[in-house]
This record gives sequence, structure tokens and C-alpha cells, in this order.
Amino acid sequence: MLADKDRIFQNLYGLHDWGLEGARKRGGWDGTKGFIEKGRDWIIEQIKASGLRGRGGAGFPTGLKWSFMPKQSDSRPSYLVVNADESEPGTCKDREIMRHDPHLLIEGCLLAGCAMGANAGYIYIRGEYIREREHLQAAIDQAYEAKLIGKNNIHGFDFDLYLHHGAGAYICGEETALLESLEGKKGMPRLKPPFPANVGLYGCPSTVANVESIAVAPDILRRGAAWFAGFGRPNNLGVKLFCISGHVNKPCNVEEAMSVPFRELIEKHAGGVRGGWDNLLAVIPGGSSVPLVPAAQIIDCPMDFDALKDLKSGLGTAAVIVMDKSTDIVRAIARISYFYKHESCGQCTPCREGTGWMWRVLTRMAEGTAARREIDLLLDVANQVEGHTICALGDAAAWPVQGLIRHFRGEIERRIDEYSAKSRHEPVAVAAE
Amino acid sequence: MAVRRLAETQPKDFAFTPDNLAWAKREITKYPEGRQASAVIPLLWRAQEQGGWLQEPAIRYVADMLGMPYIRALEIATFYTMFNLEPVGKYLVQLCGTTPCVLRGAEDIRKVCQRRIGEQEHVSADGMFSWREVECLGACVNAPMAQINYDYYEDLTPENFEKLLDNLAAGKNPKPGPQIDRQFSAPVGGPTTLKSVGK
Repeated sequence: MLADKDRIFQNLYGLHDWGLEGARKRGGWDGTKGFIEKGRDWIIEQIKASGLRGRGGAGFPTGLKWSFMPKQSDSRPSYLVVNADESEPGTCKDREIMRHDPHLLIEGCLLAGCAMGANAGYIYIRGEYIREREHLQAAIDQAYEAKLIGKNNIHGFDFDLYLHHGAGAYICGEETALLESLEGKKGMPRLKPPFPANVGLYGCPSTVANVESIAVAPDILRRGAAWFAGFGRPNNLGVKLFCISGHVNKPCNVEEAMSVPFRELIEKHAGGVRGGWDNLLAVIPGGSSVPLVPAAQIIDCPMDFDALKDLKSGLGTAAVIVMDKSTDIVRAIARISYFYKHESCGQCTPCREGTGWMWRVLTRMAEGTAARREIDLLLDVANQVEGHTICALGDAAAWPVQGLIRHFRGEIERRIDEYSAKSRHEPVAVAAE
Repeated sequence: MAVRRLAETQPKDFAFTPDNLAWAKREITKYPEGRQASAVIPLLWRAQEQGGWLQEPAIRYVADMLGMPYIRALEIATFYTMFNLEPVGKYLVQLCGTTPCVLRGAEDIRKVCQRRIGEQEHVSADGMFSWREVECLGACVNAPMAQINYDYYEDLTPENFEKLLDNLAAGKNPKPGPQIDRQFSAPVGGPTTLKSVGK
């Protein structure tokens, strides 16, 4: 188990002061000026050496992403944009950072801003996080007051930080939709290229980064890249916040080393699976977008990007949704399909029409009122949505469906057979409205 | 996508109170010159807070203030689901109905809403309550949960949720957060980590 001294988020559970004084007691804002004096290239080298991969789901190498920002300004300003629109079902880690350790995020913004040559940053927080917004704004005000950020601050790098909020749209967690929303438009994703590092917020070079990726940066610089790289398997380094929800005895958030085996994570922190390990049915290991993994495959799997990719799933946001044998697995995935139907922005036809179609068919399959041949049809439609939309919401809607059919096809067939044996009628296809 | 329309009955006009107007002018300065449209969501939100729900004249008022065509502001109001386009109860219960909450019993909480308050999106006769099912609110390790006005109420059971509604109806201020003995998102029974911090 990760030792307490190696945990970055020392106030994860809100037991201590979240304000500036408390943050300083826990080591925050220490040595910040020195890091900035070493310059942007040094900061990026350290982040690269730490092996940090983005914590928002895609796992792109953070240092590399920061390095894409222009070194010389062509008169356009550069922007740091922090994605605090945490809405991936199962995920509730950034919330803890913002309400209990907001100064780590603010300090990280200053350092990331310096590394990118950005003198201004916007944090886009989801609209529902009203109390978290109040904490974070109060912490930003403290940082201005103490001249830690702002113009002519004590660190010698001018940096303004603004808090902006959304109003209930999952799609704004997609980076270009977030930029659109921040510009005062509907959250509809943009085509890439151009990438935000060239044309982002207000047409200026921008980098959008997850809250956790930014908030761990100060500690990486303070404790050293080698310290961070000392946890996890190669290519999957560092420490990570895990959100364990669903059918465990004690759901919780916890910070652990990357690559921690699933069994250890659940036993040590979440009190084990409800009804014991034999009662485990399946796990969604990285938020609702990633395909589920059946019990037998995940029990001894290291929780990291590569190991879960090998299981045709993903670490995503490390939101571990555990389902025991009492779960109606078809309905559980159908409800996820409803989520994507509700949250599709409507811009691309395969997603706008496909998400609702998949949900309606899955709902019938949950009841058994479908035909066996529709399973392959559903898979075919899911495959046609995947990869054929501007943003990844189409993919995210297709993957859970593909995962369900891959691992629980027999269960769907059983329900269909059971229903048709009872009714003696060939079910009517009513999906295509 | 969700189909959302403006209410049929609308007040005639809308204007920010002097305090809200001063706040709005400050808010606009967060964004660069000429980019004041960025403030549209925060301003519409403030207009909703002032009016109790988002009224059509308020949408036009905010559009005028930001130099936006009305249609651009209307698009925002209908696209983002936190804008209440019709009146809501004094307490708006937004119950999370996404899979992680369903796994922990959100459907039982929904039954309580139906029994105590009635159908979704209908204000109770006394004007005190209305409810709706919403998508993931991002408090999944404290499932099931609901947002009531500004606060999250977590680790709900039908029993503690009924008590919560009783307390709100009686004008009391129930404590937000976990409704069972629990420290925020730490495991029940106390954290397994960070025990040495601050000692």
C-alpha cells in the first residue's frame, strides 16, 4: 500500500483546513518561486521525466502536451484552460481536489501557465458543483490577496486565474466543446485540426488539462520526477486518485500507486466486494465510457492504462464501478446508453440518432422483447457510431454496448429465448422510429 | 439530446437588481475585450437565481447586455439543462439516476419522490417541492444522492431521504453531505489512509 507520506492529496477527506494556511502547513506553495526561476523548459522536462499521463481519461503524456504550446508569441496571448467539468459517470475525484485541496490546483495552474507561456488561465467547473465553486473561488481570492498569483506577484511570473462555470452539459468535458462553451456558445465540439495548441480559446494557443493532472504538478517538482516515477509499471507511472463506487462494502475515493492490483485496491480501501469475491460479476474500471470487464479477468489485473487496454477496456478516469451478481447487467448498460442519448450534443448524425437507437434496443433486450438477430444488428450500429463522429462521445456511447455484447451475449440471448418461449410470438421490431 | 422549450406563460419584462447589475458588470471583465459573450452562462444563471426560473425577457435582457443576437442566448438557455425554463418548487430535488447511483438504490429514492412530490417537473400544491431525474452529478462514491438547490445530499436511503424532505418542509436547514455517519468520501467507519496527517 502507498505510504501516507507519498500521497499528494493530504486533505482528500476534508479533515483539515482547505484554505491557504492549511495548504501551507501541508507543504503547498513551497519553493514555487524557485521552480519558476528555473524556467519553462525545466518545468516541462521534469513533468516529462515523471512519466505523468493525463488524468482526465485519455492518458496523453502531460509534459509532451505542455510542450506543444508556442515558444514565441505571434502577438496572440496563450491560455491555460483547466477542465473541471467532471461528469463522467463514476468519477468524483476532481471535486475533492477543488473543495478540500484547492491550493494545489491553483499552484499547479501557475506552474503550468509558466511552462506554457500563458499569463492567463480559466478553470471551467461544472455548474452543479456550486459549493466546490465557492471554495475554489475563495482560495483563488486568498492567492491573489497573498500576491501568489496576479500581476506583479511574488513569484515573478504574471498570471491571472479566472473561475468560469457551466450549466449542465456532459459534452463540455470534451476539450473543444469546453472552449466553445467558454466562448459563450453551445457546447458543440470542433473539428481537429486545428488543435487547441494552435487555435484554441478565442482563436489563441491554448492547452486544456484535467484538474488532477495540474494539481499533481507542484508535488512532482517539489519531490522530484524520480519520486513520482517510482510508482507504477513502466509507461504507467505515478500516484492516482481512484473512485470506487457500486457494489463494494465501503465505496470511497482513495489515492493509490498506479498499477495497484484490483483485488488489493478493493480489499484494502473499499472493504471488499459485497457478498465476497465469488459474488463479483463485472467491473467498469474507468468511468462509464470504457467497456466492462468480467470478474475473472479483472480480479488480479493491475489498475493502469496498459493492463486495462489489454483487456479491451481502459483506465479512463480511474472511476471503478463494481457490479455484483445481483446486477441486471443489461439494464445497467442500457441506463448508460440513456446517459449518452441524453448528453449527445446533436451535432453529428451517427451519435444523435445512434445513441437513442442503441438505448431503445437495449431497453427491449433487458426485457427480452427483441429478436436474436438484433444483437448483431446492435453491434453493427455501435461499430458504425464508433469513430464516425467529430468527438469521442460517439465512441464512448458505443464502447459499453460493445463490451456488453462481447462478454454477456449469452445473457441477452437467454432473456430473448425466455420471453419468446412465454409469449409464443415473434417479437416485433419497434426500434427504428 | 433533450427537447427543451420555453414556458408558455412569461412575465412582461426583466431587469437585474442594482446589486446583480454591478456583479454582472464585474463578471464581464473576466474576459478579454470584445469577448463579453463568454459571460452568458454566469449571467443567465444569476438571472435564474433572481427570478426563480429563467424567464424569456431575462434571456433577451442578458443578450442585449452582452451584445448577442437573441437566438444565440436562447440557444444557450435551451442547450444547458440547469436552466429551468419553467417555475420550480422552492426546493428543487435533482435526483441522480445514472448507473452508479442506480446500483446503490436510486430507484428506491425515486419512488419516494413520486409518492411525496408527484410526477417529475410538477410543482407540489404548496409550492414547496418539485423534482426531476438528472444525469451523473459527480458524487458517485456517495451514491445514491440528490442535489437540492445548491447542496448535495449523499448516501441516501428511503428513510433518511424522507426525513430530509420532512425537515425541509418544516423550514429546518438539514446538514448537506453524507446523510449517514461518514466523513465526505472516506470509507464508512473511517479512512484507511491519511491517518497520520496533521498529527
